[in-house]
Amino acid sequence: MATKILTEHINVPGIETFDVYRKQGGYTAVEKALKTMTPEAIVEEVKKAGVRGRGGAGFPMGMKWSFLAKPEGVPRYLVCNADESEPGTFKDHYLMKNIPHLLIEGMIVSSFALGANKSFIYVRGELMYVIRILEKAIAEAKAKGFLGKNILGTGYDLELVVQPGGGAYICGEETALLESLEGKRGNPRNKPPFPAVKGLYQCPTVVNNVESIATASWIVNNGGDAYAAIGIGRSTGTKLISASGHINKPGVYEIELGVPVEDFIYADEWCGGIRTGHKFKALVAGGSSVPILPANLALTLANGDKRLMSYESLSEGGFATGTMLGSGGFIVFDETSCIVRNTWNFSRFYHHESCGQCSPCREGTGWMEKVLHRIEYGHGHQQDIDLLVDVAKKIEGNTICPLGDAAAWPVASAIRHFRDEFQWHIDNPAEATQPGAVYRGEMALV
Amino acid sequence: MSTTVGNKTVVFTPERLEKAQEIIANYPEDRQKSALLPLLHLLQEQEGWTSPEGMDYVARLLDIQPIEVYEVATFYTMYHIDPVGKHVIEYCRTGPCCLMGGEEVLAHLKQRLGVDTGQTTVDGRFTLKEVECLAACGMGPVFQVREKYYMNLTNERVDEIIDELSK
Repeated sequence: MATKILTEHINVPGIETFDVYRKQGGYTAVEKALKTMTPEAIVEEVKKAGVRGRGGAGFPMGMKWSFLAKPEGVPRYLVCNADESEPGTFKDHYLMKNIPHLLIEGMIVSSFALGANKSFIYVRGELMYVIRILEKAIAEAKAKGFLGKNILGTGYDLELVVQPGGGAYICGEETALLESLEGKRGNPRNKPPFPAVKGLYQCPTVVNNVESIATASWIVNNGGDAYAAIGIGRSTGTKLISASGHINKPGVYEIELGVPVEDFIYADEWCGGIRTGHKFKALVAGGSSVPILPANLALTLANGDKRLMSYESLSEGGFATGTMLGSGGFIVFDETSCIVRNTWNFSRFYHHESCGQCSPCREGTGWMEKVLHRIEYGHGHQQDIDLLVDVAKKIEGNTICPLGDAAAWPVASAIRHFRDEFQWHIDNPAEATQPGAVYRGEMALV
Repeated sequence: MSTTVGNKTVVFTPERLEKAQEIIANYPEDRQKSALLPLLHLLQEQEGWTSPEGMDYVARLLDIQPIEVYEVATFYTMYHIDPVGKHVIEYCRTGPCCLMGGEEVLAHLKQRLGVDTGQTTVDGRFTLKEVECLAACGMGPVFQVREKYYMNLTNERVDEIIDELSK
């Protein structure tokens, strides 16, 4: 039986309430941490666990915590990034809606470890109903003495504030999120200084994703070594995967890292296979920003080994033949999918969501969208494919924050692996613009 | 305290004003501007949109300049800076929803309402907006009306929802 760290109790009736969550062993990590551990000891356990940030970047969480500056007389903050907006990704939504106390317990343990007395959960504003659920859960935890002044008589004070965003994808970038939390436009800041030195209100701040923070309680209860024993290599622990697209069982699944991609797609306990009667064409494994892979490369490495659901295996081969685990937004495409149309759709998303601060991103995302639109709608020029590659190259690495990269990678990778399909659109506009028309040329369907 | 521009006066109801003060108290001293996004949500909940008078009122509550409110309200897509209908349908137009037939269902919705994206029905009941990913990709196509998500949409389901909201 695979270990479930986050979702073991998620289907227990009433688990969204304090009492039921407590009966399932909830809040024991708070008792253990506050009564028997030092903040430094908790940080050590998280480092030993090797847990990597679950928002997409995969930066080691314990290392991030250990970077936090600790000047005397200056408050420190923990900010939970619950601005989940990456197309294909809906795991944090699922977690907060169904088991809010898991996040709150993680926030208490993590805030204690970081020496924060006021922490924020920044939730995308669209999820107002989830914000109500979190606020109710916070009130319950406070009434039971797990939040507020002198928690459990330990002398530790913590106040949790839920902040609604205003509907901007860029606020998932940690410094843009901090700007937004300060009541400003969500424009990313230049780094350095990093938030660990100058974050919220110019004070030392750690920004972590919902899923990352929610793991902290299990690590406190079971130890970092136990967490590190799950998974494979440097991809330790479990990961929530949001599965969507042309599969029989879309949903959120918690897997031990290291499961073969093929098993994840075809096994009944997970995606249950490609939509009945259809063939597997392509995969976006980690949210819309990561490179798309054709079916054969999604399932196997260049040496013929099975590709695994892990940070290392998914990125094996670099961007030539690999991709990234990212946020775990797993989008499956069957043979009825038009890659050009999907690439245009993603490109429109990044153009819409660019904050406009950096010229390469502001202008480049618009150019890509426009060129992709004309190819999709039968007005493509012969030089358009190379033009797209060129624009993507000029955006990548040339912006303050990673939104530029996120916009460039889907376009560059789609052309890398599906160039024939783009060319077909340009050469056969009359056919390509028919409703439901899809390229049926040479491609490896599985 | 209220703000009046022309004939229009905006003031929070006593309950909302109390809520606004609670929100402002969440932040450290002199950092009350952090309450701006939550207060704009509160304003929109009451007024239906973030009217100029309402934004001026929020600026006064927070003791900041009105321009600081305008520049924020226009950056975030959730604030309606123009009047909208009674129900704002925010329809997800992003990739995963499209894979599940989102474009076809959107076409049906437009036909049913008799409006295009960004428009309000003649009776003022519905405004249709297209939005980017709503983080419900496994249950697409999806749209949101206020705080409620409607998922796994089909043409038939859309008709039922519109009938329900039209009552």
